[in-house]
Amino acid sequence: MRITVTVDGTTYTDDVEPRQLLVHHLRETIGKTGTVVGCDTSNCGSCTVHLDGQSVKSCSVLAVQADGAEITTVEGLARDGALHPVQQAFHDNHALQCGFCTPGMIMQSIDLLADNPDPDEQAVRHGLEGNLCRCTGYQNIVRAVQDAADRLKPGSTQAQPVGSES
Amino acid sequence: MTATVEPEVGKARLRKEDARLITGRTRWTDNLTVPGLLHLAFLRSPVAHARITAIDVEAARRKPGVIAVFTGRDLAEAQGSLPCAWPVTADQKAPPAPSLAVDQVNFAGEAVAVVVARGKAQAHDALEAIDVDYEDLPVVLDLAAAVADGADLVHPDLGTNKSAHWVFDSAEAGTGSDVEQAIAEAEVLVERTYRQQRLIPAFMEPRSVLVDPTGEQTTVWSATQIPHILRLMLALTTGTPEHKLRVIAPDVGGGFGGKLQVTPEEVVALVVATRLGKPVKWTESRSESLLSAHHGRDQLQKLTLAARRDGTVTGLKVELLADMGAYLRLVTPGVPILGAFMFNAIYKFPAYRFECTNVFTTKTPTDAYRGAGRPEATCAIERLMDELAAELGRDPIELREQNWIKHDEFPFTTVCGLEYDTGNYEAATAKAKEMFGYDQLRAEQRERRERGDTVQLGIGTSTFTEMCGLAPSRVLGSLSYGAGGWEHAAVRMLPSGKVEVVTGSSAHGQGHETAWSQIVADQLGVPFEDIEVLHGDTQSSPRGLDTYGSRSLTVGAMAVLKAGEKVIRKARRIAAHMMECAEDDLEFTAGKFTVKGTERATAITDVALAVFAAHDLPDGVEPSLDSEATFDPDNFSFPHGTHLCAVDVDTETGFVKIRKYVCVDDVGVVVNPIIVEGQVHGGLAQGLAQALYEEAVHDESGTLTTGTLADYLIPSAVDLPHFDTDRTETPATSNQLGVKGVGEAGTIASTPAVVNAVVDAVRHFGVNDIQMPCTPMRVWTAINGGPTDAGGLGTEAGGGLGSIDTSGGAA
Ligand code: FES
Ligand code: FES
Repeated sequence: MRITVTVDGTTYTDDVEPRQLLVHHLRETIGKTGTVVGCDTSNCGSCTVHLDGQSVKSCSVLAVQADGAEITTVEGLARDGALHPVQQAFHDNHALQCGFCTPGMIMQSIDLLADNPDPDEQAVRHGLEGNLCRCTGYQNIVRAVQDAADRLKPGSTQAQPVGSES
Repeated sequence: MTATVEPEVGKARLRKEDARLITGRTRWTDNLTVPGLLHLAFLRSPVAHARITAIDVEAARRKPGVIAVFTGRDLAEAQGSLPCAWPVTADQKAPPAPSLAVDQVNFAGEAVAVVVARGKAQAHDALEAIDVDYEDLPVVLDLAAAVADGADLVHPDLGTNKSAHWVFDSAEAGTGSDVEQAIAEAEVLVERTYRQQRLIPAFMEPRSVLVDPTGEQTTVWSATQIPHILRLMLALTTGTPEHKLRVIAPDVGGGFGGKLQVTPEEVVALVVATRLGKPVKWTESRSESLLSAHHGRDQLQKLTLAARRDGTVTGLKVELLADMGAYLRLVTPGVPILGAFMFNAIYKFPAYRFECTNVFTTKTPTDAYRGAGRPEATCAIERLMDELAAELGRDPIELREQNWIKHDEFPFTTVCGLEYDTGNYEAATAKAKEMFGYDQLRAEQRERRERGDTVQLGIGTSTFTEMCGLAPSRVLGSLSYGAGGWEHAAVRMLPSGKVEVVTGSSAHGQGHETAWSQIVADQLGVPFEDIEVLHGDTQSSPRGLDTYGSRSLTVGAMAVLKAGEKVIRKARRIAAHMMECAEDDLEFTAGKFTVKGTERATAITDVALAVFAAHDLPDGVEPSLDSEATFDPDNFSFPHGTHLCAVDVDTETGFVKIRKYVCVDDVGVVVNPIIVEGQVHGGLAQGLAQALYEEAVHDESGTLTTGTLADYLIPSAVDLPHFDTDRTETPATSNQLGVKGVGEAGTIASTPAVVNAVVDAVRHFGVNDIQMPCTPMRVWTAINGGPTDAGGLGTEAGGGLGSIDTSGGAA
């Protein structure tokens, strides 16, 4: 089947097998390897992208279902060379170690903050429940999301990072 | 160029590594492709133990896109036997370990055939067309039954399920007295049997390997912790000349010991790519990973602690059965042996005996998982100390203090003959107690107990140490390990003043690029940003023994420091020549050689340029500052710490909620506090998960029932508490940096802290043990008078988070 998707601002038209998962279409056909696959049961959240503005696990969407959709991956977040505030907050708060879960975590965090711009610790933890990280114990991820929330508040100056410089 | 002023070491530097990881510019092995790439898919045995009587692959060969199909018999000669580098005893028994099973399968998930196809989906589709006839053999699942007389055998040719029997006895070794005598004379004996359940490392990046045989060297990209060891082992296993192999570990998404392996799939990928002359790639699914990548832990521990009524410990006897699974993988037999030196922990036991029987079962092979042998030991002794305290009616911390090595007794030679260089258990414990509010929480516990609150508070302690910086080659040799433990590094001064640091350590999330840059920035006085760390490619970092056992900083970074010293030594001679003075007249600080007592100075970067031009060098001096070094320490390092955990246990449901977790770790000198804190957090998460959530469960036919992330319960953000972490800093004296290593500390310490807290919460119901993971069902059963110890309730898949799936385990 022929589908057209817009990914990180570029439009792609391709023939896909009906069984092709969106995540494989992104990685293998379009070359967006920033989005990764961590499981085969939709438990890990590594593959999270935004589909028409909503976060989805792209391993649980068929490529054909995304026909006509606008997709944002972690590779499309930076604007004019500047990191998205959530990306910056992940860096500033040491919210990643191996970084494998990070694309999915960042995409899910952005979605979480869109729904709840000022989440407390428990709200962040619940909002990220579908994204597994084996390295960090989540504490710095939670801190990064709350830090990003502060940065995203209208009129806020950028919050102070914990590390000395970037 | 400005030299750095404020020291880099100790600074909370944000990581260099992050830039690519937060933007998706990553190089995971599965991201890579080369022209003409073919894909592999493995057919795995659905049964745990059977003879293969026939395999028919003809239909699969005709499937669309299929290039070839190979069985174990097809590859038998080329694939050799998977290596085990740690024969723990001279008479250790080990079966041949083919990558693809040839005539018998010994665990469910073992690979029996491989399809090579143009597309990954095509390769998987063709698996269904392979027909295998299995003739069932009896499964061997229970450790104790496996060593009983007349047991069914995993490998009948070996005549036994016992692979090895390894003993350390302090009386025989002359490092202590006789434990049997201590037991005979004991005023108090604490005897327990603990189960260290089977865990799965479950790194987030599934394993992946790409082999390209089309160049002069065959290149192997692999999601591995050990590119250097892998290169040698692939060469030895397949007969490929070592110099014709290049191994690259690109970005690697976690390992935790799980990628410290030479895998069947790596061997098969190399053999198949070589045979076809075409590049091939394999990336596992999560289910394949949980099923067939090596598991960890899995011991049955019989423990006897002897003490006097006044609380002084007098002896410790440890008898282990350790589950190897079906085969001995890279360091499988050595994992429990690493624990041999840690059961005595921080305590002054005068008598100690450790014996371990390594046992084959028809399960997935076990091997290293974060801590490897030491968490098992620490969990046992820290549980026992709480049990002794309960027996004597003593406060568990005060009882520990009575028995631990005091700060003024270091260096201290333990009952196993290890020399602990430094430590201060009093300082770490005092700080932890204060942060925790220990006395207040104990008061609250008393009050709630008297009130009969349905939710009971429990407090758990773990005062741990570990031996890490796995290195001293001589010690590893004395334990029959097949390699050394040194590490290699090189420092290269580029003509423009930039620096390349080559390291044999192979990071997969640890942040070596940042930490090594900090160390070299201080040493050479060049900016942090001007340093590039090269690793994980046998072409750019030709020698190394890779990353595991909390060894990278204590051994790997020490090699970097030694190489840097040589650079400065070479530069000094040339700087003296440039400034026409004697070498002794120069002092080197902040990147500059200054003639003592004058303003005359030359930067090391200027020396690098002068060396590059080589127009005017002293006679006999080679035009290069580049230096390399190989470091092999004399001793292990011994981080320690005090972990305190408070849990609320709902006595009506058995549900455990961690209310407070405080840890004070002493990892020696800290290069980068945010990286250290991150390592502690991640370690705690894995240790807590063992206490409360995770277990690899096999059913009575030997099938893994926890084969997806829906059943194998890696904790999510909701399942973990906030951690209060802090540090004390007692520098190690075993290395120049004073560092001790931090990769495994959190995991080792936290498991017993949590279990002690859970048991403490319900001890007044007559409970003295709850098998891990302490699921609601197990806790509830314990409270209500059910079986609680290692012989107790069957395992349950998915129990940790209150799931109702109780399809029982047989093991
Ligand atoms: S890959 Fe795990 S949820 Fe999509
Ligand atoms: S940073 Fe490694 S899995 Fe999250």
